Amino acid sequence: MSQPTFLLDGQSVPFDDGQMILEAARAAGRYIPHLCWHPDFPPHGSCKLCVVKVAGRHVSACATPARAGAEVESDTPEINTERRTLLQMLFVEGNHFCPACEKSGDCQLQAMAYDLEMTTPRFRHFFPDRPVDASHPEVLLDFNRCIYCELCVRASREQDGKAVFALTGRGINKKLAVNAESGRLADTDFAANDKAAHICPVGVILKKRVGFAVPIGERTYDRAPLHEVALPKLEGDT
Amino acid sequence: MALGAWNARVDDVLKRFGGRPEHLLQMLIALQETENWLPPEALTALASALKLPRARVEGVVGFYSFLHAQPVGQYRLLFSDNIIDRMLGSEALMARLCHSLWLAPGQVSEDGLVSVDVTSCTGLGDQGPAMLVNGRAIAALNEDRIDIICELIRQKLALDAWPAELFELENTIHQRDALLSCAAQPGDALQAAIAMGRDAWLSQVQVSRLRGRGGAGFTTAVKWLACRDAPATEKIVVCNADEGEPGTFKDRVLLNAHADLVFEGMTLAAWAVGARRGFLYLRGEYLNLRPALEATLARRRAEGWLGASIGGAAGFDFDIEIHLGAGAYVCGEETALLESLEGKRGTPRIRPPFPVTHGYLGLPTVVNNVETLAKCCLIALNGGAAFAATGTAQSAGTKLLSVSGDCERPGIYEFPFGVTVRQVLDACGATDTLAVQVGGAAGITLAPYEFGRRVAFEDVPTAGAFMVFNDTRDMFEVAHNFVRFFAHESCGFCTPCRVGTSLLAGTLDKLAEGKGSPADLLEIEDLDRLLKQASHCGLGSAAPNPVIDGLQKFRPAYERHLMHADFSPAFDLDGALRRARQITGRDDAGAHLPQQPEASR
Amino acid sequence: MSTPRKLRVATVSLAGCFGCHMSLLDIDEHVFALLDKVELDRSPLTDLKTCGPCDIGLVEGGVCNSENVHVLREFRAQCKTLVAMGACAINGGLPAQRNHLDVGQCLSAVFQSRPGMDTAEVPDDPELPLPLDKVHPIHEVVRVDYFLPGCPPSGEAIWQFISDLLAGRTPRVSYPLLHFD
Repeated sequence: MSQPTFLLDGQSVPFDDGQMILEAARAAGRYIPHLCWHPDFPPHGSCKLCVVKVAGRHVSACATPARAGAEVESDTPEINTERRTLLQMLFVEGNHFCPACEKSGDCQLQAMAYDLEMTTPRFRHFFPDRPVDASHPEVLLDFNRCIYCELCVRASREQDGKAVFALTGRGINKKLAVNAESGRLADTDFAANDKAAHICPVGVILKKRVGFAVPIGERTYDRAPLHEVALPKLEGDT
Repeated sequence: MALGAWNARVDDVLKRFGGRPEHLLQMLIALQETENWLPPEALTALASALKLPRARVEGVVGFYSFLHAQPVGQYRLLFSDNIIDRMLGSEALMARLCHSLWLAPGQVSEDGLVSVDVTSCTGLGDQGPAMLVNGRAIAALNEDRIDIICELIRQKLALDAWPAELFELENTIHQRDALLSCAAQPGDALQAAIAMGRDAWLSQVQVSRLRGRGGAGFTTAVKWLACRDAPATEKIVVCNADEGEPGTFKDRVLLNAHADLVFEGMTLAAWAVGARRGFLYLRGEYLNLRPALEATLARRRAEGWLGASIGGAAGFDFDIEIHLGAGAYVCGEETALLESLEGKRGTPRIRPPFPVTHGYLGLPTVVNNVETLAKCCLIALNGGAAFAATGTAQSAGTKLLSVSGDCERPGIYEFPFGVTVRQVLDACGATDTLAVQVGGAAGITLAPYEFGRRVAFEDVPTAGAFMVFNDTRDMFEVAHNFVRFFAHESCGFCTPCRVGTSLLAGTLDKLAEGKGSPADLLEIEDLDRLLKQASHCGLGSAAPNPVIDGLQKFRPAYERHLMHADFSPAFDLDGALRRARQITGRDDAGAHLPQQPEASR
Repeated sequence: MSTPRKLRVATVSLAGCFGCHMSLLDIDEHVFALLDKVELDRSPLTDLKTCGPCDIGLVEGGVCNSENVHVLREFRAQCKTLVAMGACAINGGLPAQRNHLDVGQCLSAVFQSRPGMDTAEVPDDPELPLPLDKVHPIHEVVRVDYFLPGCPPSGEAIWQFISDLLAGRTPRVSYPLLHFD
């Protein structure tokens, strides 16, 4: 029996039984935007950037199993506009001041905004007050940029076996918490070589003293756009 | 309290709950009883005793409105802030109380004695305005009651010594049909179902065409079948009594007046699917129902309707545990409820898999609404066909409606499905009705031309809330109240709901302050669309409903709040200069800004 | 066909650093082509202090004080097309990094708490514009038609953007010219 396929923007994509739309598309060299999804972890489904349209419904491609014959719309004006609005929401909810961010040029949020040609955050800014945590000798936490993808939470729990991070609060007051009564990273067992130290797609978890080792202009997304970098063949580069 | 004292307290709580992490939420609720809040050292002590990461415990505390990581008053007063309570004068009563006790909402009094704030609908719309005092509900608030409460607080009288009549709640039942007039004795329905055998009993549920009364209307028998057939040795039955939808209170009345029907329904579900454990997830707001519910459970155990070999059927073992919620509307969503039952933050899960195959702790689980389970007793007693004989083609049986707002007789009305909105309005004595909100904040706003529509899954579906607004009400204010509710209750998991509900609430705030512009109406429509399409769960996708309906059916109420300009800032321009005026001591013309450019005003 | 009339363009820097204007000058020889097609109204380059009716207004910087509000409103009233140019106009930028601080404390820290200024008062001259409690991007104060990101946008990006506007094309800034830093 031949492998089942679905249509992604009119082109056939093969998939294995149980595979999610996003995974199958990636395996076929087709990019669907994502921020909270990561190949090492089960789907999370919080960022919603991987939204696609299937049979009139908007669903998360990372968490929706592929079905034979399904028609999936992804790179369309309607869906990209929806994604751009989601990006705008992420930009206004935190404090994303790219010119002063060490992650600029290596940041997936920024690169996706470039990819989707987001030129304005459009909404009113929340300007939240989120102090940074510089207590750890090797790693800085800048909560201003958190997008709640929980990749650090998951990596610390599942790969490092530590649970250094967790989410607390609710709704717009949600925030990243650190596993110490003091709330300080220095008082946890976090280490700079933890998986969780290297998984942040934005500029929250930053290794100290190497922020500008690679000059602006020569960074990951200066060299190639996110939709190329994010595909499996180049995954190791990031 | 010193750390040592907290350790001792934690040991007590651990003993009570067996130290299982899935009881974390229950343990936190119990631990909070001593000081009314959970200081950092208490969380550290509990986390280390449970061998859980402290951040996980902190994360759970941060999720639930009724758990406090910051000090609150010894007396913590929360006014129900649903639009119905407001219409009944809750704001003026809160102002009176704050004035009398010399404090502002959101503040703790300097002596730490009292704090006052608002909370989401407490499920007492039939006898509001209502408040919670340290979690215990007081209804029918008026100036006299407020003054009595202030005096009791000043006297520092323990809550248990407060006059009992303050805490009395009415079962305002105005119209009874099959369910509310059911005279069966405890065990009658179970005996009938046991006599049928498990399979025949499930077939009767199929024949009844019973659908979930929580709002979604999923066919109960399909759920039960899937759970029964799921490969696992242990199955779970959960009764969803997290009745948080603003304007709903029928589950409160059922649990208060007909608890046996509810527990018997859970046991009937267990008989059908082969479950041995059941949970009643009771919303924190209904704390004062708990003692009576525990007593009913104890009696049913003594009578042999819970426990081992129920009704003499060998191998039919089932018992029920009550879990409390702690102020999180989203936990009414069944997968969020399961997370909460497991002692976690109430974040809705990705589906599939569905709870019927992967529910509580990964076990096959049926989650049913209070009313749905009570209705199962009728099916067992009278047969599925008799049940299906009332109602409409797609909506068998009767429906309990929680009627509140502008009418003479707010309360519970049981009607066969298919009843028109007009008939309900007539029954409750509503006149000059401008609109009816059916299904709560997440429901549908009906204008008079729609009062001929029928309450049924195929027309106007509802979990039972029926809020009436007469022609003196501003439907913008109604939607504004609902949207703020959703922003407050969003779990914050997905981007569109976390940010979108706050943006939407902010834009409606702007309109409410009279600073709106036509551009804002466009933005509202844009946000509505995104919330509806991209949200992770029903909370986000329902959040814009009141505004979508409002803009369609009551647009002038919105337009009234606009300035005549194509754009106006959301923030108060002159207010933004206040601090600088203060520090410079200036008040000249240049120290002020008009909200609109001079020419366009 | 007659020669098309020159388009009138105004530019201003509100709470900005004039970096975007410097970048505008970085279009090098294109400046001649530009001046063939536009005439400047109010701008740091003309030193005109008020803005007349214009086709295009380029606004650098966010809104940090009452004067910024007045000038921005003047631009909105006079310009058919209003462009937010650069990071500060678009999201508040560097000046907005004070937004988590109390503006009163900022003022007293600057004027009252520094060595040698212990007895000084916070200036209260009516000539001075009062600072807003927070710095806002310009789209939070007036309607904005187009946005040109960058800190600053490169001369190349500005030239492409302006060329689009002059030619009547909807301006489009895409990879690799689109930058937030």
